[in-house]
Amino acid sequence: MLDIRGLAASINDKPILKGIDLTVPEGEVHAIMGPNGSGKSTLGYVLSGREDYEVTAGTVTFNDVDLLGMAPEDRAAAGVFLAFQAPIELPGVNNANFLRTALNAIRRAHGESELDAVQFLKLARAETKRLAMPDDMLKRNVNVGFSGGEKKRNEVLQMAILRPKLAILDETDSGLDIDALKIVADGVNALRGPKFSALVITHHQRLLDHLVPNRVHVLAGGRIVRTGGPELAKELEKSGYAGLIAEAA
Amino acid sequence: MAAVTETLDTVQSVTQSGYKWGFETTIEMDFAPKGLNEDIIRLISARKEEPEWMLEWRLKAYAAWLKMDEPHWARVDHPPIDYQDLHYYAAPKKKAGPKSLDEVDPELLKMYEKLGIPLKERALLAGVDPDSVENTQVAVDAVFDSVSVATTFQATLRKAGVIFCPISEAVREYPDLVKQYLGTVVPVADNFFAALNSAVFTDGSFCYIPKGVRCPMELSTYFRINARNTGQFERTLIIAEAGSHVSYLEGCTAPQRDENQLHAAVVELVAMDDAQIKYSTVQNWYPGDANGTGGIYNFVTKRGACRGARSKISWTQVETGSAITWKYPSCVLLGEDSVGEFYSVAVTNNHQQADTGTKMIHIGKGSRSTIISKGISAGKSNNTYRGLVKMLPSASNARNFTQCDSLLIGDQCGAHTVPYIESRNPTAKVEHEATTSKIADDQLFYCRQRGLSEEDAVGLIVNGFCKDVLKELPMEFAVEAQKLLAVSLEGSVG
Repeated sequence: MLDIRGLAASINDKPILKGIDLTVPEGEVHAIMGPNGSGKSTLGYVLSGREDYEVTAGTVTFNDVDLLGMAPEDRAAAGVFLAFQAPIELPGVNNANFLRTALNAIRRAHGESELDAVQFLKLARAETKRLAMPDDMLKRNVNVGFSGGEKKRNEVLQMAILRPKLAILDETDSGLDIDALKIVADGVNALRGPKFSALVITHHQRLLDHLVPNRVHVLAGGRIVRTGGPELAKELEKSGYAGLIAEAA
Repeated sequence: MAAVTETLDTVQSVTQSGYKWGFETTIEMDFAPKGLNEDIIRLISARKEEPEWMLEWRLKAYAAWLKMDEPHWARVDHPPIDYQDLHYYAAPKKKAGPKSLDEVDPELLKMYEKLGIPLKERALLAGVDPDSVENTQVAVDAVFDSVSVATTFQATLRKAGVIFCPISEAVREYPDLVKQYLGTVVPVADNFFAALNSAVFTDGSFCYIPKGVRCPMELSTYFRINARNTGQFERTLIIAEAGSHVSYLEGCTAPQRDENQLHAAVVELVAMDDAQIKYSTVQNWYPGDANGTGGIYNFVTKRGACRGARSKISWTQVETGSAITWKYPSCVLLGEDSVGEFYSVAVTNNHQQADTGTKMIHIGKGSRSTIISKGISAGKSNNTYRGLVKMLPSASNARNFTQCDSLLIGDQCGAHTVPYIESRNPTAKVEHEATTSKIADDQLFYCRQRGLSEEDAVGLIVNGFCKDVLKELPMEFAVEAQKLLAVSLEGSVG
């Protein structure tokens, strides 16, 4: 279970998150919606440990451990995965090598044996096939020369291989056509189960038609201003955020 | 990825023990007195049982050196070197010359073990019959300080007609070949350090590949510097006759010490018609400590002459060690349609200084050259690429492509690119591309978010950056090089 209490964070002394309270029980998928600049991406970065952000107040526990005190790689080992809004390019670094190194680092942290190249490729090929992605995705350098859509799909592939306990998807649907959108939704849906939870940051109701959340939260001005069921997203699609923000102010 | 795991282990062992290879064996040394003069040169020549012409050659070089000044155009900074305060000759004491490998000093064999020389090679050095391990594919001419003490695979190489032996032996056994080629690629008075080497070189490798022969194995030499205050002056000469092929590997580690050590090697390569020479180096000499104390001064002259039509010389180097690196492996492309290649990774950390690059001199029609240089600077180090591409009037339709990429880690290091381009033929084409980048925080965060430690992330990014060069290395060197890169950059982030 992810439990966020009174979380405040700033970047370069500018407060972005101003007291977030949010609980995501194990097995649930929650959507975070909200206007531009409301702090959605910041929330994703703070949860995954990006050092540019300073946490000024609050606590975050994940399965009863204090997440905020951990290095990014230790959070990853604990099961936190961030699908980046703008995935980073790593020139010369082969996608398969990158993923195997990452997976083995996580397996080591859990006291599990490492996978050799053959074992890993078997696993990775099964995932690419399941996600209807071409095999050459694994041979290419990490995100280098990928189209916007390919980068997003690569994030989903990485998630499928690393099998996180908490996936944070930062606008993974943005810029995707409807087919790619379905791949992203299917990728998350396939992981859904009693031990998996997700925070899905999105602007659009569209994704949530395929990836139906348990709860929807609206983030505005660094706070959660409204929480509801999947119907809230549909309501926002019609009425926009303006009313909500005025209400919260 | 296994290499990364190994890298981690290597990093850990280095952090715990300081420079991993910083040990010193206790084999008794036989020193010449400190200083350099004609008598010392006569002594070296006498100890090597050299013929008179060799001594004269050395003395001529010494006379030239006396009139020369130490060059200071490179972007490196060091206290003055007192050339009279060095020993110019040191040899391991031996009861009698080791006639067979069984007689090799057990201390030496232990040293190979510490060096991590692969087991199979150690077994060979320990005296296993070369014919029984014929498929091992690597011949080692181990250079321990100044005297080669063990040579393997001679039988297999002889069968193919390949000569691979210490150069001192070549001077005695194959004087005509040595006389014909020595100093023809790097003349005795070529530069200050080459002249010094010519006067006092103590050993190195000689390699002759006869016409049409494809050398049956990779030739490999492990260089060691082991004696306090002993300059190491290696001399290597490789001759590839028409239609022959050879791949030569050179790898180095050195013990830790406080004094700076001077190293001034000369390597000459000659390739005749259709011959190919591939020369690969992994250089990991002691770079000095984190404060810039100690470390090797490495002033090397490496040059290859593509004398024949369609001949090809390829230099690949991974330079991670030494306090100062001054090194420009070059190709003189005389032959029509001859090819020169230079692939380089140079890593500097802490207070290391590297001024390295290449020269491609195009003389032959249709000659082609490729230069791929990857410089990585971390800590307070300075890394300079210095290259010359010269198209002479005869070099019609010659082509060069140069790519120089620099990667910065941290904000106190420097990367410099100094490409000289001269074209005197209107049909010649020269291309130069250069980039400078930093390991971005978002790249590191991306890797760490996926579970990689910061050190693994740097290793992965740096190895990715160097991929174009590393893939040119023979397999066993590529693995070693990947480890070296990570170790050299240990502690450079954060």
